[in-house]
Amino acid sequence: MPEVLIEIRDVHKSYAMDGIKVYALKGIDLAVARGEFVAIMGPSGSGKSTLMNILGCLDLPDAGQYSLNGKDVIRMTGDELAALRNHEIGFVFQSFNLLPRTSALENVEIPLIYSGTAKHEREGRAREMLGRLGLGDRLHHMPNQLSGGQQQRVAIARALVSQPSLLLADEPTGNLDSATSAEILGLLAQLNSEQGLTIVLITHEPEIAGRARRSLMLRDGRLESGR
Amino acid sequence: MSWLAAFQLALRALWRNKIRAMLTALGVVIGVASVIAMVAIGSGAQQRIAEQLESMGTYSLVIRAGSVTRGGVRTGIGSITTLVREDADAIRDLPGIVAVAPTLRAATQARYRGNNWGTAIEGVTGEYMLVRNWTLSDGEFFTDQHVTAAAPVCVLGQTVARELFGLLNPVGQSIVLKSLACRVLGVMQSKGASAFGSDQDDIILMPLTTVQRMILGVTYIDSIEVQTAGRDEAFQATDEIKRLLRQRHRLQSDQDDDFRIYNRAELAQASEENARVFSWLLGSIASVSLLVGGIGIMNIMLVSVTERTREIGIRMALGARRRDILWQFLLEALILSGAGGILGVLFGIGGALALAKFSSFPVDITTWSILLAFLFSGLVGVFFGIHPARKASSLRPIEALRYE
Repeated sequence: MPEVLIEIRDVHKSYAMDGIKVYALKGIDLAVARGEFVAIMGPSGSGKSTLMNILGCLDLPDAGQYSLNGKDVIRMTGDELAALRNHEIGFVFQSFNLLPRTSALENVEIPLIYSGTAKHEREGRAREMLGRLGLGDRLHHMPNQLSGGQQQRVAIARALVSQPSLLLADEPTGNLDSATSAEILGLLAQLNSEQGLTIVLITHEPEIAGRARRSLMLRDGRLESGR
Repeated sequence: MSWLAAFQLALRALWRNKIRAMLTALGVVIGVASVIAMVAIGSGAQQRIAEQLESMGTYSLVIRAGSVTRGGVRTGIGSITTLVREDADAIRDLPGIVAVAPTLRAATQARYRGNNWGTAIEGVTGEYMLVRNWTLSDGEFFTDQHVTAAAPVCVLGQTVARELFGLLNPVGQSIVLKSLACRVLGVMQSKGASAFGSDQDDIILMPLTTVQRMILGVTYIDSIEVQTAGRDEAFQATDEIKRLLRQRHRLQSDQDDDFRIYNRAELAQASEENARVFSWLLGSIASVSLLVGGIGIMNIMLVSVTERTREIGIRMALGARRRDILWQFLLEALILSGAGGILGVLFGIGGALALAKFSSFPVDITTWSILLAFLFSGLVGVFFGIHPARKASSLRPIEALRYE
């Protein structure tokens, strides 16, 4: 197992917006070691979301190299990328992105459905993961019956249930009040320190980035080391 | 993703919008049910026509004495009296002919004791039963000896027997026709109404010779009924009979025929063709409703894809491949159309049976129409489900995730 989990070299990405070409990433270099907790900061429009999409294998760069856990992402087919997202990456979004009218348990089971895990095992693992995050008594609640913090916990459980090597958190506390934010950040820090989970957290708030062990600044499509 | 998981996923998604799913499937239910019911009605009509043709005696030709144009006045069918019994004997020797029955009709009043009934007498020979595909219900038919001797005997149709005798057994009794006393030898089976609506049982059958000599006092006959071996022979025989009769009646090449040949096979063909067209027409009208049901599925699936864009994005982020998304939506469409198809088959059969029970309309539920309608509903599901499913699976994950 390589010590370096993420290795990005000279990644460029542009997209057309209303017919105008926007250069979102202009040569990004980034290396994240296994077990790190890295925050990527930047004002809005700095290319954070674009970088997040590329890190999460939801989008491919125009140029440059990206290897995740020793795998060359650039050359992968759509199906291979889907499998990579399924096995290697757990997503936590600002707006939780839980499926509506679907119970917490069923939400957490989704990644296991696509990895072909049998029904019985799927349910067991989802149940256990929700239990570990303190939601053992909320298994059959629908997202709209849960508080914001609980919803984000369900999302974290869903991100972790397939035992990914990387947790990608995109403004995970953006929709939460400060007390709940602190609780979720604490949870992430705990997962990092106790289980050695690699976390890349994207935020525009310096206080939140401060919880990470290393923080980087994205400005004008280029990455600068923060702090 | 396993098939079972995909199926469960699709079912759960449909369950979340129960009413919508049911209404969408209803379109297919109505489509499939109407195809089955309509084809059953069409096929029932086809069968009834076939039965009627059977009872008339199929594959037969009828030769009638013809009309003539003289000094601008055209007389009707039967006004020429050149057709004779010997013509029938000559026709019997032609190839492909099974039986020949010369007939002569006369209207009469039949009397039995105080009862009387206006009916028709048909003078026939022994081959008549074979040509008409008609059998006795009671007693016996007259023999060749009766015909040769012009014996005063008769066989009654069911209607005549009922009108003159009521519940009594007519066999062995005597009825009076004009001034002739006739012994009743037998009673025919009921034949019902003809394809043209006349009562075929309202008739008295007598030896041809008796009618010629003792009732009408003539030597000619009205018509000759010919049974051929099959449909093809009927068409062939038509030409040969025409040639034969022109020769026998010594007609010059510039003279019109003094007879007409009617080919029942032609009539049968036309009727069967009509019934088939009718059947197809009903079936295709019903298919339109199945098509509309399919469009309903496509409509709802497209709405569903748009509504669930974000869900699709989330699933893709969590590791769903494009084909997983494609199958999820296609399976939803297939379950809708499949469930609609099964219910439609049940309602279609039920509807056709109810129609058969509560109306006199004949129905014939055919296996092929059930299979076809069900298969068609499946195809509708694939055809109208594939576009929304492709649309869903071709969404880009980052755009789908951002969709509000």
